[in-house]
Amino acid sequence: MTRRVRIGLFLPALAGFGALLVWAYTGIPSFGDYQGPYGFVLEKISAPLRHMDNVVNATTYDIRGIDTMGEEFILFAAVIGVVLLLRDDAGRSQDVEDDIGSDVVRVFGTLAIGAAILVGLWLVANGFVTPGGGFQGGVAIASGGLLLYLVAGYREWSAFGNETVLDPIKAIGAGGYVVIGLAALVGGLPFLTNFFGGGDIGTVWSGGSAGFVNWSAGIEVAAANVLLFSEFLEEYIVPIARGS
Amino acid sequence: MTLATLLPVQSVALALVALGAPAVVLSRDPLKMIVVNGFYGLTLVLLFVIYGAPDVGLSMLVVGTVAYPLVVLVAIARVRAPKDGEEDEK
Repeated sequence: MTRRVRIGLFLPALAGFGALLVWAYTGIPSFGDYQGPYGFVLEKISAPLRHMDNVVNATTYDIRGIDTMGEEFILFAAVIGVVLLLRDDAGRSQDVEDDIGSDVVRVFGTLAIGAAILVGLWLVANGFVTPGGGFQGGVAIASGGLLLYLVAGYREWSAFGNETVLDPIKAIGAGGYVVIGLAALVGGLPFLTNFFGGGDIGTVWSGGSAGFVNWSAGIEVAAANVLLFSEFLEEYIVPIARGS
Repeated sequence: MTLATLLPVQSVALALVALGAPAVVLSRDPLKMIVVNGFYGLTLVLLFVIYGAPDVGLSMLVVGTVAYPLVVLVAIARVRAPKDGEEDEK
């Protein structure tokens, strides 16, 4: 296909999609123009009933906690799928020589590991107070782990970035979510009912049993992402570092 | 929303996104593209935060600057240094 033909195909497509985009934009409601009742109800009830300032996480981990449980198991199943596809029967490679030479990378990278993990823990802990929560905090913690590979090399990474360590943590996170839901059932309440009472609003102790749901999601997401990074590194980076 | 109701800070955020997107597309070298895409992701984070959606901003931050670059990087590493017998895999 020549450049001329490509441009001949591209320009009408651009014009068509551009016209559709402009047409779509002329019909959208103006910013902040929200009609539905559900959001207003949540805004009114999440602080007095649940003692949660962050309405988003009051929705995801408490009022619609069962949806989030489904999402958590989507991630769980997806990561298991990746691990099964990329599993290497030859075992872990301990002989990879990819030492980091730069002192600047080592120093600032090591500081960044601590900062990333601290920010991640902070995001999970304050999930019902400020924006954040288990999912975002979990990925932040996992990114701190990934920095270890960048700073120290594969050998240091593989000491904790392997299935033996991470599988139980991931399972505890995913299973803990269900166990908290079942605990409500045992107490005679509907599945995943928030049964501890609200706790102190505006502190890390707010949220009741949904706080544990939030933490279990954080643990699961962090472990799942480290495992995911680990499988990618094992599959793609190690053969290159070995020079094969 | 009309242009008259746009706050200056919102205009700046929108302009950065509008500049960032073509910058990603116009980067020809994949490695440079990852870096540029990271900055583009940060402009989107800024946009989400300014428009009052910090939760979405946080998600964008972790996906755009950690998960997505890693996946693209390993894909590039794979293509540039194929294993034995996989030279035709591109």
